[in-house]
Amino acid sequence: MNWEAFWLTVRLATIVSSLLIVIGIPIAYWLTYSRWRWKFLVEAAVALPIVLPPTVLGFYVLVALGSRSPLGRWWESLTGHTLAFTFEGLVIGSLLYSLPFAVQPFAASFGTVDAELLGASASLGHSPLQTFRRIVLPLSKAGLVTGFALSFAHTLGEFGVVLMVGGNIPGVTRTISIDIYDQVQTANYSSANQTAIVLLVISFLLLSVVFGLNRFGLNRNGLNRRPGAVGPWQ
Amino acid sequence: MAVKITLAAGPAPSPSIDPVCISADLEVRIRKRFLNPEGSFILNVHFRVLAGFTILFGASGAGKTTLLDCIAGLSDPDDGRIAIGGEDLYDSEKKRNIAAWKRRIGYVHQDLALFPHLSAEENVSYGLRTLGAPERKKRSREMLESFRIDHLRDRRPAQISGGERQRVALARALVTEPRALLLDEPLAALDHPTKSSLIADLRDWNQQHRVPILFVTHNGEEVFALGDEVMVLDAGRIVAQGQPHEVMRAPRLETVAHLSGFENIFDATVLALHEARGTMTCRLEKGELELETPLVRAEVGSHLRVGVRAGDLLLATESPHGLSARNILPGTIRRLVQRDVVVSALVDCGGTEFEVHLTLAARDALQLGPGKSVWVVVKTHSCHLMGM
Repeated sequence: MNWEAFWLTVRLATIVSSLLIVIGIPIAYWLTYSRWRWKFLVEAAVALPIVLPPTVLGFYVLVALGSRSPLGRWWESLTGHTLAFTFEGLVIGSLLYSLPFAVQPFAASFGTVDAELLGASASLGHSPLQTFRRIVLPLSKAGLVTGFALSFAHTLGEFGVVLMVGGNIPGVTRTISIDIYDQVQTANYSSANQTAIVLLVISFLLLSVVFGLNRFGLNRNGLNRRPGAVGPWQ
Repeated sequence: MAVKITLAAGPAPSPSIDPVCISADLEVRIRKRFLNPEGSFILNVHFRVLAGFTILFGASGAGKTTLLDCIAGLSDPDDGRIAIGGEDLYDSEKKRNIAAWKRRIGYVHQDLALFPHLSAEENVSYGLRTLGAPERKKRSREMLESFRIDHLRDRRPAQISGGERQRVALARALVTEPRALLLDEPLAALDHPTKSSLIADLRDWNQQHRVPILFVTHNGEEVFALGDEVMVLDAGRIVAQGQPHEVMRAPRLETVAHLSGFENIFDATVLALHEARGTMTCRLEKGELELETPLVRAEVGSHLRVGVRAGDLLLATESPHGLSARNILPGTIRRLVQRDVVVSALVDCGGTEFEVHLTLAARDALQLGPGKSVWVVVKTHSCHLMGM
């Protein structure tokens, strides 16, 4: 078991899913309430990482971070080194890669907040932003937790983007999924097995927490619907 | 289901008018296309209402909620003007449209829209955002007390009854001292005693806060219980406006009669109370007819209104005897009108005209026709008493 890779991965996932709360809430807010006619294009773009091969995403991120791109040059002039093959570069790649796993649960739960509650809040003198903070966010707790946990779990398990953007530098960009790959390459199956099981168990626990919260925990307000818990079995 | 009547005699509570709440009028002249299950309609209304209750009466789909949404600013009219106390809230010509949250118009939706994650007290103090915490608490406590829901203040909406929720929703809107109040069937789900006591609470509040209250209902009995100015909305247009008795009875305007549910509405005077029997005797205003009606809280000599559904009346061609019904009134058929499979008979009973609904088979079996002598049978409990 490579603990260095393990903690590096946990640190990456924590940073990424925390940042996604900050970045994802405004994006989800816009996606939920905007009446812009071309909104669907943005929705499609946000969902792209779900279907795109991670290598494709990783390739473009690598190019964008490289010293030939404006972003890469700006970062280089600021810090003196490139973003590619660094932990920061890995964070940027992972943010993009896990974006839909945060934004979509956020937007779905914002969307299930009853429009009449929003109208009532407006009639009681609250601006749209105040309404969002006092009504929509508290009623979307389950969606926020789901988005955080899904993006965390998704970042834990990423492979293609990390390999493209971060390479395989121990202690800097070597995550556990890459570590497993390395061990298999060197025919070290028992060690690969140990690490794989840890990843499997953590991911399962995370998802159980998400579904458990949706089922029992956060939506005990009684009157509102339960976002994230709709399906043919209901 | 008779509305309980408390005659509002005696001096009105001394008007201690809060300077914040100066009486203002609400003027609305708007057009808006809206959809209901029967298709697309144009809401096209022009009216002005003063402080006090105005009842907006109409079938579901008539455009009542669309109208309220436009006034509250939750929905934009296609064009027109909405003004309160002379201040434009919306004016398509001046391209003016004040955001809903800046309009200071109280709106209680049919579904109440209580915030499920907040306690009753937090719901009530929600609209007092701009006040400091101590003042906010003081005002919401006062409001909770005046609505007799102070003991529920820590409970969530899901933990209280329907009537209590309704009180919380009203309190939440009133505590903000709105410039106008829009109530969209706020009493629809309530039983009668709860309804009357809430109406009384609203009236008390309106005594001190002279603002226009637009009260939407499709229940004819509520129209009489509230007894103020009424506007009848049908397919997006105001088809009648005035005092309830003018609007609701006079017109053979079919929508109104149908909506109110009472084809027969009479002014009446209480002649005698029979407390032991649970009934009382009323004389109908025109003519000398007397009816035995259910007992309500009213004094001898007081005036009230009796509503009877045409479908609740019986016709007999011979003087009936051995019937449990207490009112058997001789009369003459004036006219028979057939509407689809219902025959509507207009019967003159000593100067008072009753509309009676019959089946085609009954008309034929009894060989009814104009000029025929008949007896109208009215069960005591078919008489619905309403305040004036």
